[in-house]
Amino acid sequence: MNDTRSKVITEDQAIATIESGMTIGIGGWGSRRKPMSLVRALLRSNVSDLTVVSYGGPDVGLLCAAGKVRRLIYGFVSLDSIALEPHFRAARQAGTIAEPVEYDEGMLQWGLYAGSLRLPFLPTRAGLGSGVMDVNPSLKTVKSPYADGEELLAVPAIRLDAAFVHMNRADARGNAQYLGPDLYFDDLFLGACEPGRRFVSTEKIIATEDLLKEGTFHTLRINRAMVDGVIHAPNGAHFTTCEPDYGRDEAFQKAYVDAARDADSWKAFSDRFLSGDESSYQSAVSAWRAEVAAAKEASK
Amino acid sequence: MSDSPALADVIAVACAEAWRGDGEIFASGMGVMQMLGARLARATFEPDLMVSDGEAFYVAGDLPIGGTDKTVEGWIPFRSVFDTLAGGRRHVMMGASQIDKYGNSNIANIGPWAKPKAQLLGVRGGPGNTVNNATSFFIPKHQSSVFVPVVDMVSGVGYDRAKKIGGFIAKRHDLRRVVTNLAVLDFATPDNAMRLVSVHPGVNVSDVVANTGFDLVIPSDVPVSRAPTAEEMDAIGRIDPKGLRHREIPS
Repeated sequence: MNDTRSKVITEDQAIATIESGMTIGIGGWGSRRKPMSLVRALLRSNVSDLTVVSYGGPDVGLLCAAGKVRRLIYGFVSLDSIALEPHFRAARQAGTIAEPVEYDEGMLQWGLYAGSLRLPFLPTRAGLGSGVMDVNPSLKTVKSPYADGEELLAVPAIRLDAAFVHMNRADARGNAQYLGPDLYFDDLFLGACEPGRRFVSTEKIIATEDLLKEGTFHTLRINRAMVDGVIHAPNGAHFTTCEPDYGRDEAFQKAYVDAARDADSWKAFSDRFLSGDESSYQSAVSAWRAEVAAAKEASK
Repeated sequence: MSDSPALADVIAVACAEAWRGDGEIFASGMGVMQMLGARLARATFEPDLMVSDGEAFYVAGDLPIGGTDKTVEGWIPFRSVFDTLAGGRRHVMMGASQIDKYGNSNIANIGPWAKPKAQLLGVRGGPGNTVNNATSFFIPKHQSSVFVPVVDMVSGVGYDRAKKIGGFIAKRHDLRRVVTNLAVLDFATPDNAMRLVSVHPGVNVSDVVANTGFDLVIPSDVPVSRAPTAEEMDAIGRIDPKGLRHREIPS
């Protein structure tokens, strides 16, 4: 490793570059391979008034619960095995997200792709005729200049001030690798982001020459020109999936959902798990797992 | 079989029938009964269908629902799902919390969108699905609060809205069928208003009418939804050995 070119930083160093009012894209999908250690660090910061762009899961829920989201660009927010995200639901039902921007899932991809290609928009049929057009009156259509003359939806480019994604492996310079079943749209989140705040957290930082030891070259979809900071974050996607390193922590996800049912239980959950730094979080999760296992043993 | 079939098995067959004639396309099921229907169609009368594991792979053979011992025959990450549906090579069966006479559907929220009474999933891929590929629905509880005159948020585009767009979309717009715990419905009427196709065994037409919040087109002769064949019962047993379908549809 050539240390002079290393981009390795901590979560808190990454978050120190984020300012209130910025637009932040968060990779992963639902409750899958989410850069949760970066989200947790963002929760600990004073920034607010954010625009968040996400195929939403607990990242969106936690940021909504912390009151940091002014504008949310999303197609859904879900925990996958638990369909509805409790904090997102509560925030929407209380009307505390000032500007919800609800898109079709494919429109969100198109917006990020247009952003990453520096195009003003990309045309699609997805969204036409649907409620998405009703609730986003600023969306415009564009007429095909060719013989067909079809009227298509022009999805406006989404540009990000910061992007967070979580990868299975990365080298210190930001060449990163996913080993699971789906890249989701992580490359587009990085592509749509201004250079300077493109952050990749990773389960393991490995030597460049080891990048092909665990996966084929097809898994190298994120290269160092797309990345400004690399964060070593073992178990950093917890409690979401990070296949094949680990699956979703379903029991913990359920505890998270249960805790969201009222203010007192959520405060207790936050105090226990979210009040300290990332290593405190990981220790608290280990202690919780040991307690659950002991309780199970005792009830036998 | 001398015993009358379980309702869940009749419904599994009614769901599978949605894909009859579709050939070599992606049969996508969002939910247990929808997945069972797709895999059942492939295992019996529609062998060229492609089905996925619900994660990111096309699987060959009769993968049980929730099963992990899969024979992968292809890769279908989300990006490829979007490409496939935009190419029209997919027929998806979704759920719906609300649906109207022309098939406008809602999985997004109940009550006004700006401040919903109940926030559900969001529109997800519904808008893109319904203007790009064939779409069917499975609705486990047929009632007037689901079959409504007007949906609160159009996450899936119905026939009236598709016609208003015209052109490419109107020409290809294809809502195939709606399967519920009471009946099978479709849109094969002159103005594409929802029509009753069959009632499940033991259900009366009047039960369906009483639980639908708009006027259905009702033919003079409404048949009973067919029972599974012996071959279909074998396939259902292989695909849903744990009987998850009975949790969705208690007999």
